[in-house]
Amino acid sequence: MSPLSRREFVAAGVAAGAGLVVGFYLPHGGGSQPESFSPNAYLRITPDNKVTIVVARSEMGQGVRTALPMILAEELEADWKQIEIEQAGASTLYGDQGTGGSASIHSTWDPMRKAGAAAREMLISAAALTWGVPRSTCAADNSHIKHAATGRSLSYGELVGKAATLPIPSDAPLKQSKDYKIVGQRLPRLDTPSKVKGEAIFGIDFRMPGMKFALLSRCPTIGGKVLGFDDKESKKISGVSYVGKVGDSAVAVVADSVWGAMEGRRVLNVSWDDGPNKNLSSATLIQPPKELASRKGTSLYSAGDPAKASGRKISAEYSLPFMAHAPMEPGNCTAHYQGTKCELWAPTQVPQDCRDSVATAVGLDPDQVKVNVTLMGGGFGRRLEHDYAVEAALVSKAINGPVKVIWTREDDMRFSTYRPASQHQLSAMLDGSGFPVALTHRIIAPSISGQKGQPVPGGVDPDLPDEAGPVYGLPNYSIESVITETPVPLGWMRSVYALQAAFALESFIDELAAAAGKDPLQYRLKLLAKDQDLQFFTTTWKTGRMRGVVQLAAEKAGWDKPLPAGQYRGVACFGCFASYMAEVVEITMEKDEPRVHRVVAAVDCGQVVNPSILEQQIQGGIVYGLANALRAKITIEKGRVVQGNFDDYAPLRMDETPVVEVYAVPSVEAPTGIGEPSVPPIAPALCNAIYAATRKRIRALPILNS
Amino acid sequence: MADIALRVNGIDKKVSVSPETPLLWVLRDTLELTGTKFGCGAGLCGACTVHVDGNPIRSCSTPVSQVAGKNVTTIEGLAASDGLAAGQLHILQAAWIAEEVPQCGYCQTGQIMSAAALLAKTPNPSDDQITQAMNGNLCRCGTYERIRKAIHRAAGRAAGNGGSR
Repeated sequence: MSPLSRREFVAAGVAAGAGLVVGFYLPHGGGSQPESFSPNAYLRITPDNKVTIVVARSEMGQGVRTALPMILAEELEADWKQIEIEQAGASTLYGDQGTGGSASIHSTWDPMRKAGAAAREMLISAAALTWGVPRSTCAADNSHIKHAATGRSLSYGELVGKAATLPIPSDAPLKQSKDYKIVGQRLPRLDTPSKVKGEAIFGIDFRMPGMKFALLSRCPTIGGKVLGFDDKESKKISGVSYVGKVGDSAVAVVADSVWGAMEGRRVLNVSWDDGPNKNLSSATLIQPPKELASRKGTSLYSAGDPAKASGRKISAEYSLPFMAHAPMEPGNCTAHYQGTKCELWAPTQVPQDCRDSVATAVGLDPDQVKVNVTLMGGGFGRRLEHDYAVEAALVSKAINGPVKVIWTREDDMRFSTYRPASQHQLSAMLDGSGFPVALTHRIIAPSISGQKGQPVPGGVDPDLPDEAGPVYGLPNYSIESVITETPVPLGWMRSVYALQAAFALESFIDELAAAAGKDPLQYRLKLLAKDQDLQFFTTTWKTGRMRGVVQLAAEKAGWDKPLPAGQYRGVACFGCFASYMAEVVEITMEKDEPRVHRVVAAVDCGQVVNPSILEQQIQGGIVYGLANALRAKITIEKGRVVQGNFDDYAPLRMDETPVVEVYAVPSVEAPTGIGEPSVPPIAPALCNAIYAATRKRIRALPILNS
Repeated sequence: MADIALRVNGIDKKVSVSPETPLLWVLRDTLELTGTKFGCGAGLCGACTVHVDGNPIRSCSTPVSQVAGKNVTTIEGLAASDGLAAGQLHILQAAWIAEEVPQCGYCQTGQIMSAAALLAKTPNPSDDQITQAMNGNLCRCGTYERIRKAIHRAAGRAAGNGGSR
């Protein structure tokens, strides 16, 4: 990842900007633009009054190519209709460009606002100088500076020459939310028309002259290697031009068409060294609870002392399987290695990681690798890996020409990095009225970062602080992490550990409510009744805000009104990525299987930038989370992933998709994450509804575990 | 290798490929019509849906030899197949924009092709008819609710209820 922290970046950005106004131009524009005004790396205004905003996060469906420009345009007082967007490639100008952790809006809210505000103030100064009037009499509005007293007006485009000569203010005032005209509006996404016309270019669609296509035959056994291969049959396939090893564990087949490469791979004969995991199976990966109970964990959160609490003890264990992201666009990357440089066209959430790992793989310096970030057909964390980019670069180097590596769906399913399987041990002491005076939650899972050799400071997986916080302010409360090991490759999948933590905790709270004989919603509200600040690493969780979303969801769902016969409800709430989420699920049971009819979701994510995109993210997260809850399960047999396509790893289809109603708590707090927080509550809310219907408690996902 | 003639978006094409090549790859690689997407290669996801003589088919699982001499319509030619001039949007594409359906957008061209085939036979579909026609098209972003609304909108019916409008 980039060496620049966010704070350092703001300083660096100002420095780079200061250089600009005396004649330097940032390298993102594809050539010099002598007439333009570009006070920082995010913005360029040209004399035709066109405002180009650079998006330094990756678009995988979550709307960053619209929402991030909205933030800058708001402060710039820009005419939204004149906005053009430009995708940043890997660069040191933007700090960490990784797109994940629901962080794009959260982490660029200040830099984008400041970039817009600084430019606005410079344009005001430019107009005031032009007219010889005080700055205070000029105002920015709709890409113009206006002088109300005389009715004069100059467009931003007319002011770029003068503005570019002015110093960049370091303390430009930011607007108040009550004055927002763009932020908070349901503005149409800028990328929609090209997507419905089939004109949007995803990574897999990118073409360049002379480009070949490659598929790789990878060792089907985790950790295995290539012993040797016979390419006689492959070479007989029309168009196949090259067959060769890539790294230790794969063989590439290169052809002049995708189909040629597919056919060439189909008849390729590879002998494999299955390696150390040839007897690995899902059954052997599950740890005996007794052995786990004896393992010491690392404390993530501690209040009071649960060991000293007394009362009625209730305990339960929960488990979740490995899961695969399965974005609709399979993995792919185009690479063109040319000796002293390598250019990539990558659908990636981590352009800087692609740059660095490709540089290492092909023996170049990072600044000799150029990464163009394409549109992505979904990401969900799968494209936080950079395996496909390294493969493409290595194949390009081997054939000395441009090549696109394509993964099939089976490749995607079997050579993914998986959401870690986890086990959870929960225990509580109930007081005389049935409420917990103590609660312990042991999260037993491997560390994704640890497996990748990344830092695990203090023995705490670096994801847990965003994803495993407390919901309730109990007097005695302990959350512990026990890190296990697994040979199964791990990756960050939408909401990461929060899905697991929420499933266990919010199912367990429902068990406690049932044991106390109380309504599960009222039980939660009672536990959240007092305003408390719960400090969890750097996040301060506020029970009042959580209570707010629970109340909002309950009110909109009509929790206090009885449902028709045969319908049942469940509720769950959870906070992750600094946002608060509550969901009420309505189901019927059909042949012992739940049918979800309606989900009412309430969120508190601070200031909403675009309510339509927010609704998309929450609806989408719930559909994704329902598939996780109902069916998502990756199993291993003889060291190989069993599932291969959408038949044995089946996402939700339209017939299973409920109506999802989305409500946001009005807020002017700084915006927090929204791509992931809707995922975690849906599984426990659904299981709690199933309990309401059947009195059967589901403690292991997936629900439909055939 | 064989020379195969087909009509794609109203234009006669001759391609020289092995006859078992799936139509998908002929469209994408040979004819450079990349609006039709590869999702599963097994007819399970619908991202590759195109029309052959007006019927929706999964181009990833249809050998090009099977469509020799037939009319193939892809997303790029959908509006024109309805008699619209270049640059105009098909009524479903306009509805997709109005309802802000796409998230990542990868599956949406296939979704629109399936929806177009539905409306051609059933101009005013019920919710059940929409579900039946669209159930073969997967969307991992979970846009199904807005797809349903967009189809209703295109069919000239009031959108279904629900959502936070």
